[in-house]
Amino acid sequence: MSLWEYANPKKFLTTSERVLPYVWAVSLACIAVGLVWGFFFTPDDYRQGSTVKIIYLHVPAALMAINGWLMMLVASLIWVVRRHHVSALAARAAAPVGATMTVIALVTGAIWGQPMWGTWWAWDPRLTSFLILFLFYLGYMALWEAIDNPDTAADLTSVLCLVGSVFAILSRYAVNFWNQGLHQGASVMRAAAITGSDTEEKVSNVFFVPLMVCIVGFVLLFIALVLYRTGTEIRSRRIRALMARERAGA
Amino acid sequence: MRALLVRDLKLAFRAGGGFGLGLAFFLIVTVLVPFSVGPQSDLLSTIAPGVLWLGALLACLLSLDRLLALDWEDGTLDLLATAPLPLEAAVSVKALAHWLTTGLPLVLAAPVLGVLLSLPGPGYLWLVVSLALGTPALSVVGTFGAALTVGLKRGGLLLSLLVLPLYVPTLIFGAEVARRGAAGMELATPLLMLAGITLGTAALLPFASAAVLRVNLR
Amino acid sequence: MMLRVQDLAIARGGLPVLDNLSFALEPGQALILRGPNGIGKTTLLRTLAGLQPPLHGLIEGADERVAYAAHSDGLKPTLTVTENLQFWARIFGAGTIDAALEAYDLHGLAERPAGSLSAGQKRRLGLARLLVTGRPIWILDEPTVSLDTSAVAMFAGAVRDHLKRGGSALIATHIDLGLDAEVLDLAPFRATLPALDDFDGAFT
Repeated sequence: MSLWEYANPKKFLTTSERVLPYVWAVSLACIAVGLVWGFFFTPDDYRQGSTVKIIYLHVPAALMAINGWLMMLVASLIWVVRRHHVSALAARAAAPVGATMTVIALVTGAIWGQPMWGTWWAWDPRLTSFLILFLFYLGYMALWEAIDNPDTAADLTSVLCLVGSVFAILSRYAVNFWNQGLHQGASVMRAAAITGSDTEEKVSNVFFVPLMVCIVGFVLLFIALVLYRTGTEIRSRRIRALMARERAGA
Repeated sequence: MRALLVRDLKLAFRAGGGFGLGLAFFLIVTVLVPFSVGPQSDLLSTIAPGVLWLGALLACLLSLDRLLALDWEDGTLDLLATAPLPLEAAVSVKALAHWLTTGLPLVLAAPVLGVLLSLPGPGYLWLVVSLALGTPALSVVGTFGAALTVGLKRGGLLLSLLVLPLYVPTLIFGAEVARRGAAGMELATPLLMLAGITLGTAALLPFASAAVLRVNLR
Repeated sequence: MMLRVQDLAIARGGLPVLDNLSFALEPGQALILRGPNGIGKTTLLRTLAGLQPPLHGLIEGADERVAYAAHSDGLKPTLTVTENLQFWARIFGAGTIDAALEAYDLHGLAERPAGSLSAGQKRRLGLARLLVTGRPIWILDEPTVSLDTSAVAMFAGAVRDHLKRGGSALIATHIDLGLDAEVLDLAPFRATLPALDDFDGAFT
């Protein structure tokens, strides 16, 4: 059986409806376990105290913010190459989820930053990049909303997603460069590095395992939301098509 | 291709073409800045490169929705799409015409406005260089945004929402060149990055613009 | 070389409108499209001009050989009649514009800005554009809108000359142009929507 069979809307709906309850259950269980474990059963960080525990929300949300965009990019490419409607609709369904993850990452980042850096917002390269990513999500969703014809909308948003990805990467490098140029003091940068890729090295296993549980939970949550929303998009698309038929007098 | 360029320039210079509107906008924004931040010349001279870059960027943005919309309304785009000239070439020429009528005047006007914001002496050269290198990228990226939104009734606001995030890298490197130039610092890296962005977008984005334009013409 | 259409199906707004359409257009031949409003004449002409893809089917001999004219003529109000025509002549790489000005009696208006012309004069200018493209196949969507009788005669004459030179024309119109042309009624090719029991059938 080929993977492309799931590009058939009906097949997609029946399969996703069968799978969804399990994905929901496992995802919520993982998040609950990870958060409780992380919040109440790990020691405070020697330097940051209990504020470090927001990492269990912040890092998974940030990961899904980026991976959400990646998923949209892949889905857009599949639409451009193979013209599967489900793929285009999945990209559309993922955008608000990804945007919400970006907002969660930004807000938790600000809440974490307040006690650590003494300010809610610093133009730290990483935070700035997420803010720009959020703008990309906004533009992408606005373009989907603005266009009537669903095929036209799918084509245009796919190209925007492709071009946007290139510019998002460019912006990432530009922002890194820009902040270096502005602030000579590296104290903020060092504090920001806690949120970054070297987190895993700095954070000992005590923090690491519950963090991984949370990440798995967020990945599954993202999948569940996108599957669910894609189903909704497919149905609304079908209603549109049926209404168009009715107007055409069939 | 030359015919299209000549026509677009003629249209811009004739009555009602809107030539000079961007320039006037640039002037007004620059004049408003001291009113909002205060007249201290040391503060103004610090922010001058950034303000001038932002003003030029917004002036560019302002004229984007006319870039393709007029040709869309009167059917020219339909006819161009059936013409022997590839649509990729047509959008490149339109971007070039936009730069010649909007970007280039901004580049030339920027030093004059720099005086108003007490831009430091060494900054003038690099302000002009950075704008001359960076504004073509603004026109090319803007053409892509205009092509995306050309069929929409209220495309203007959406166009800004789509294009502004795409302007981020150009703005960062362009303003960085101008700022470092004004401060007399080393600026080879941002200058190269800025040139790279302009060349890269000019080479690749017309394909994306033509693709979305074809979709919009369907 | 002739224009050949085989088993063509086209859609408008995601709904199929015409199906199983086949016809051929020989050099020197004109074909008049008839059919009620909404049958898909404009969609068909746009598809043949290459502006939108067909659902399925074959179109042969249309590539780079079609001059398309629809409701709007791409005229710039601030450019003169000559400048407007010259622009399109250069874009299509064809010769001079004198013959086109002559055919539609535009010499007297040559230096007027297109914005100051009447609707009928604009339309004549738009049709004159066809002559400067040098393309053999004319695809025309309601070309006689806002033309008076003498202008319609000019147009019919221009089409006749075009056919004599070995060109061909596909025209959607409701009036009689007095051309020796075949008529293609589109009503029998109206697409039937696929049955509803198939989920995918109502999806596109």
